[in-house]
Amino acid sequence: MKSFKGRVLAGGKWKGEAVVSHGGVNTLATFQKSALKNAKEVIASDQNNADLFGKNLTGKALCLPVTIGSTTGGLVIQTVCAMKIAPACFLFSEHVDSLAASGIVLARVWEGSDVIAVDQLGEEFLNTVKTGDTLEVLEDGTVNILSF
Amino acid sequence: MLLTPEQQAVLDGKKGETLQKVMRTIVMYGDIFGAEKLVPVTHPEGHFVTSFGISLMKPLFSTMEELIKADVHTIGKFTVDPRPLDYANVKCALLEKVAFKVMYGKQEEYEGQLKQVGLRDKDAFTCTAYLPEVGNVPKKGDVLSWAESSAVVYANSVLGARCNRNSGMLDLFGSIVGWVPYFGLVTDEGRRATWKVYVRTTKKPEAQVLGSAIGMKVTEDVPYVFGLDKFLGEELTDDVCAYLKDFGAATASNGAVGLYHIDRLTPEAKELGEGLITEDAKEYVIDDKELERVLKSYPVMWKNKDAKPSLCFIGCPHLTYGQLIGWTQTLSAALKETGRRKVAVRTVMTTAPEVKAKFMQTAEYKELMSMGVKVSSICPLMYTNNPMTKGRAIITNSNKLRTYSVARYCKDEKIAAILSGKEGV
Repeated sequence: MKSFKGRVLAGGKWKGEAVVSHGGVNTLATFQKSALKNAKEVIASDQNNADLFGKNLTGKALCLPVTIGSTTGGLVIQTVCAMKIAPACFLFSEHVDSLAASGIVLARVWEGSDVIAVDQLGEEFLNTVKTGDTLEVLEDGTVNILSF
Repeated sequence: MLLTPEQQAVLDGKKGETLQKVMRTIVMYGDIFGAEKLVPVTHPEGHFVTSFGISLMKPLFSTMEELIKADVHTIGKFTVDPRPLDYANVKCALLEKVAFKVMYGKQEEYEGQLKQVGLRDKDAFTCTAYLPEVGNVPKKGDVLSWAESSAVVYANSVLGARCNRNSGMLDLFGSIVGWVPYFGLVTDEGRRATWKVYVRTTKKPEAQVLGSAIGMKVTEDVPYVFGLDKFLGEELTDDVCAYLKDFGAATASNGAVGLYHIDRLTPEAKELGEGLITEDAKEYVIDDKELERVLKSYPVMWKNKDAKPSLCFIGCPHLTYGQLIGWTQTLSAALKETGRRKVAVRTVMTTAPEVKAKFMQTAEYKELMSMGVKVSSICPLMYTNNPMTKGRAIITNSNKLRTYSVARYCKDEKIAAILSGKEGV
């Protein structure tokens, strides 16, 4: 097991599977196709993100540096949280960006969402965690890679 | 965060439950970034990103409804991104139309909501609200509560205003309460460049590819770009501003750039020069080879990669008046060369309603119409969101549209050659 400690943006305890993007995640490009189809799950649709493209993100821990792209980003996160198809956790290696932060706050305040978010987990976290790893997220922002 | 008594009263719910939620959202958002305070929005005319009544965006409609019920509206009137549809100028097949009716079924209702909350007027739909014809033009140093990544990066970089890359809803909330958190691009420190970018190309780089390269490299950091003044000069002329509009949109969509400085050209670079650059700034050199590498990295997402283009969008972000005139001249010359009267591929140019109205008064407008080109004020990106359009072989000179759709990117020169029938993709 390997542990990393980050800053809690939206706390919670969770255990499940990781999906990893080494580059910035373009929220609109990643989520829009599934959201528009009113799908039951998010299949990442950003053609420019080879790490995520075609992968199921619903109920997983999305491990990423930051989000990028359109300023609809926060609203998109709020929407997928309201649709209950969002990742269960957003685990940022860097300081969260303004769009993802907005989405997480909007989801919490306006949708009563229990989405978990931790940032500043560090570059080593993103270099260590792999898609398919089992993660445990604790209330204090500790992320344990159980399958390491 | 230290709040004034007035701000604290709103947060405590003394101005109602809805405003309390609005304020709570802003304060929580600011806290994440360590904002010590909220500062007044000094340019109260907002610009918002959510112009589209996509039926699935339920949180958007319910939040708007809650604001309206509580009689909450923005302090100044606002502009908003383009409408998604224009059947008169952007015709579509029956099945596409059915899909559009389902997707944007709430458009009329949503526009009614926007009006009640503070929408400026029926023509306030464009991603280029900062153009003089549209008139939502902040001054240098103004603090904004805007969204729309291409508009924010333009306002920050070219106009010298101060705005974070706000998300949809946060743009609206800041314009309602008149305060935004003091962090990031609103502060002097947050506006310093952490990248030195050296442009060493043999000719003026295509704005959309240069912006894409920089956006992909620096992600959300602030770049200070050297060497571009050699091609653009040192004055913010209309042509230069149009170039920077397209450049910035690509940095913001292919990365997350909210502010760039161009040496000897943009307002803060002119004023403060290299003093804007942090000591530990990283470096990125862009030459012809690097631009070619970036261009070749774009995946072709067409179902049939060898298809003949069936639709071309020019104008994401919306074209300036000068760009419309320029494209008319370019296409006119290209068609003369090939002996054609009309463009070889159905073409839609997009621009702000006010810019379109001005352009319609010109001889160039008639000339462009005679070539078979349509001029619309829609958002091409929202058009291509329709799954029924995915089978179309769309070409565009917009890196933003390429990023969010299956449209294939072509440089301006290539677009002109395709439209004149000189060559295929």
